[in-house]
Amino acid sequence: MTDKPPVLDFATDFDHTDPEWVSDPYPIWEDLRQRCPVAHTDRFGGAWFPATHAGVSAIAKDTVNFTSRDVIVHEGRPTEEDLPAPIGLAPPITSDPPFHQIARKLILPAFSPGVVNALEPQIRALCNSLLDDIITEGVVNASMNYARLIPPSVIREMLGFPAEDMDIFIRCVHVITESIDRPEEERIELFAPVEEYFRTKIEEHMENPRDDLTSFLLNAEINGEKLAVEHVFGTMVLILVAGIDTTWGAIGASLWHLAQHPDDLARLVNEPDLMPVAIEEFLRFYAPVTMARLVKADMDYLGCPMKEYDWILLGFPAANRDPVVFKDADKFIIDRAENRHVAFGLGIHRCIGSNLARLELRVAIEEFIKRYPKFELENKDDVTWAQGQIRGPRNLPLRILS
Amino acid sequence: MGGNVKVVIDADLCQGQGRCFSIAPSIFNFDDLGNGFVIGDGELSPETIDLARLAQANCPEHAIFIEESS
Ligand code: HEM
Ligand code: SF4
Repeated sequence: MTDKPPVLDFATDFDHTDPEWVSDPYPIWEDLRQRCPVAHTDRFGGAWFPATHAGVSAIAKDTVNFTSRDVIVHEGRPTEEDLPAPIGLAPPITSDPPFHQIARKLILPAFSPGVVNALEPQIRALCNSLLDDIITEGVVNASMNYARLIPPSVIREMLGFPAEDMDIFIRCVHVITESIDRPEEERIELFAPVEEYFRTKIEEHMENPRDDLTSFLLNAEINGEKLAVEHVFGTMVLILVAGIDTTWGAIGASLWHLAQHPDDLARLVNEPDLMPVAIEEFLRFYAPVTMARLVKADMDYLGCPMKEYDWILLGFPAANRDPVVFKDADKFIIDRAENRHVAFGLGIHRCIGSNLARLELRVAIEEFIKRYPKFELENKDDVTWAQGQIRGPRNLPLRILS
Repeated sequence: MGGNVKVVIDADLCQGQGRCFSIAPSIFNFDDLGNGFVIGDGELSPETIDLARLAQANCPEHAIFIEESS
């Protein structure tokens, strides 16, 4: 990491990788909503950040003026040559209409509530086996040793990759999620062993199809033609990139909250029926995912002089804290009944994995608090947060209380 | 009590956020793509109207409409 100058004013020079934003972005966003609802920065080659629900919602739903061809803000202003075709690198997340809908419909059935809900018993068993593996000296790293391990295991099972490959699989996932914003050459090199592993598994499935996500993708068709192996691999990469750090972040942040709010923890322990409503409030309050868009052409939008290929940092987490839409927006209300949060996005790119993410989050919290009905932060200052567009605690030592 | 009250989902607005059928499974269901639809004709009774309104208030896409006809 190069040293960047510190941010003096987030309204005119924001940086979502700034340590202040990484550790506690909420006061920054509240301040922006009050004095400058669309912030700007010259960093990253030029970017805008709407801090209100109205701004985020308008842009998320506007595929005429904004493109998804790159959804991760990085250094340097993109040019037409750097950008993939409108189909995108990782359809459907980087695709625009009309191709987006084709790529999306292809994978939606694999993540529909009916398919996903059937996974509940196996996710519960997984959480319990992870909890069994944790040997406590009174302190549990609930992020590294629990939340982090749940999403990859669930996806490995969905893909139909063998349980004994867990370590290889986690290493692959690590390479994929950590290298996704590296320069292309570096990424190709890092990806080589991962691609080889996935290719072997895909070939095994081609010879011997079964009832899992890999065979589902191999059977899927666009215009009557089966997907190329590259497309199947690309879709798997997207599912891993989109489905792992995100859900890890949501589980971790929820446990971080409970560690500091014994009243909320006690209510969940005593009133298990509250869980579905509480999950939505965890998702609202600690929404982990911020996305990006690019401006398609010079225009005035939300009162701002936007230029072609300016970045838009699309803060669903900020929208979720907007008092115009949420009563007592800055309060965590565990039984909040009306909660139109946008943690999973809005409009055509709505998270395909939302049903799965909700299930993992609910079961992970249920099993953790069943095992450990009382816990607190071991040391507030030891907690670190992931930097970038996916937010969640990385180090989360919890002291188990009796 | 006047006319009938009906609930409908605007399929063009629904993105399958899945809030309606979790909150009110007696009123809403989901299709193969995970999009919501109203079970039956969507007629609401005094017992079900509050539940339908709660689902409506939780739909992020504002895709649920409750209509009174006379
Ligand atoms: C708590 C966990 C999660 C959160 C908060 C989350 C959030 C999001 C958000 C905000 C988007 C919209 C992106 C945009 O507008 O550009 C998105 C898209 C997506 N998510 Fe998730 N996600 C989570 C978990 C998952 C899981 C578990 C999977 C799959 C296994 C997944 C797969 C996807 C896919 C494929 C898309 C692209 C959809 C499209 O472009 O049509 N996500 N997610
Ligand atoms: S809550 Fe709204 S967007 Fe979600 S499935 Fe129901 S109608 Fe569709």
